[in-house]
Amino acid sequence: MITVESLTRRYGGFTAVDHVSFTARPGRVTGFLGPNGAGKSTTMRVMVGLTVPTSGSATIDGVRFADLPNPGLEVGVLLDASAQHAGRTGREILTIAADTMGLPRTRVDEMIELVSLTPTEARRRVRNYSLGMRQRLGIATALLGDPRVLILDEPANGLDPAGIRWMRDLLTDFAGRGGTVLLSSHLLHEIEVIADDLVVIGNGAIVASGTKEELLAAAGTLARSTSPRDLAHALEQAGIPSTLAGDGSVRTDADPARVGSVALTAGIALTELRSAEGAGLEDMFLSLTADTQREGVAA
Amino acid sequence: MTATIVPPTSISVRRTARPVPFARLVRVELRKMFDTRSGFWMLVSIGVLSVLATGAVIVFAPDSAITYESFATAIGLPMSVILPVVAILAVTSEWSQRSGLTTFTLVPSRGRVIGAKAIATGLVGLGSMAVAFAVGAVGNLAGSALAGVDTVWDMSLSTAPQIVLGNLVGMAIGFTLGVVLRASAAAIVGYFVVSLVLPGILELLALVRDWFLDLQPWIDWNYTQVKLFEGTTDTGEEWAMLGSTTTIWIVVPLVIGLLSLRRSEVK
Repeated sequence: MITVESLTRRYGGFTAVDHVSFTARPGRVTGFLGPNGAGKSTTMRVMVGLTVPTSGSATIDGVRFADLPNPGLEVGVLLDASAQHAGRTGREILTIAADTMGLPRTRVDEMIELVSLTPTEARRRVRNYSLGMRQRLGIATALLGDPRVLILDEPANGLDPAGIRWMRDLLTDFAGRGGTVLLSSHLLHEIEVIADDLVVIGNGAIVASGTKEELLAAAGTLARSTSPRDLAHALEQAGIPSTLAGDGSVRTDADPARVGSVALTAGIALTELRSAEGAGLEDMFLSLTADTQREGVAA
Repeated sequence: MTATIVPPTSISVRRTARPVPFARLVRVELRKMFDTRSGFWMLVSIGVLSVLATGAVIVFAPDSAITYESFATAIGLPMSVILPVVAILAVTSEWSQRSGLTTFTLVPSRGRVIGAKAIATGLVGLGSMAVAFAVGAVGNLAGSALAGVDTVWDMSLSTAPQIVLGNLVGMAIGFTLGVVLRASAAAIVGYFVVSLVLPGILELLALVRDWFLDLQPWIDWNYTQVKLFEGTTDTGEEWAMLGSTTTIWIVVPLVIGLLSLRRSEVK
């Protein structure tokens, strides 16, 4: 379990992370979302002791990461796949990590096989690796010590579709065995498929957190009819605020049953009625972080 | 989502985990000094240059100069340039190549990592010096045999440790610059400034300002290092001078550098 409590990190006058609190629970995949520069990576760096917090704390099962006797055996970390000495071979990087943790060298071969790097690739220097290969190597490093907790920053970056599928299965399986997974990603679809819990951060502060179901249910209802204007009007009459989207769909915070009965009463035939979950994470993400988006997009 | 098979309980920190032993860290850091292409060639070049320097003495030196000291001096020169660079890169590559992200995640105690690097660097220094003395000895035997002169062993037992110490001082300066600057290029440039440019300035200052003449040996680390290379650090005062320059150029900046390094962000 990862517990972040009132974590704050300031750089001079700039507050990168502002009183962030959340937990990532065992047996679940927790997705960590936020626009560029929202403070995801800073939060993750504080978690693993690379950055000192201005105030607040981050603990792994109640222990500060820096106080773990041999952290590699308890927490697998991948923050930046490109942060490796370019002159080392992939195998050498794993060997150094295994030696540091005190693991047998056989573990290196197991990991190379697990992340589907060929022996030839493992003998090449990281300078010549593609981003996807670096990600695989980074994941191998994270899994090397057979940890109970994984902290991964953008692990799907640069992976091909098969790699993304593989990563998804790997993390789901890891959580299924009781492990804790915290992963950040910009690939909202990926997060939506894989995450059980979500933490959304914007401008350094948490804007939403909870289970995926809770958060997406809160996104309301989407309805379509042959005459969207009439539907919107009927909803307004019933005291339900709604918005008419450009694609002819009507969105509202009310639940689908309510919208259905309003439409029935008004004699409007619905062509589609569902909770807005399908429209999903992207809309939620954009609306929650609307104030903090660089592009100023509103959902 | 697949079903959770194992109930998500009883996941706790493995209290049985033991801290990473320091000796293991030293071994890992030692390995990291050799396992990159640049590190590998740096160390190979120490061996190659030792042999080249020895060959040069045999070919070019007059018969009267075929002595162990000539060989030691010829080999010592390239060594005194390469070893500090080895020391610099041992520290700075963690930042310049960003491998520190993994290193300091696996071992959060940065002081221990830097300590292990210091020991590993010292071991490489001692090993290189041993190679240098050995190559020099072989060169001296071969050279005197080729020239048909008597083999001259004109290095006293007190001189050799001083030469070793002189090289370790150079490496310590490089290591310190690495800890303070944490960037390969800056630290290497910095090293050549303090070892090539600075002595000239201090020398000049001593020439034009009398009061500085007496002060220079206490401040100029090159002055005390050259004394070591010559094996002429003998009196208590000379050792005190060495202590003074070491404090100014190594101890103080190293402490400041370590304090900032321990809190600095690894990106």
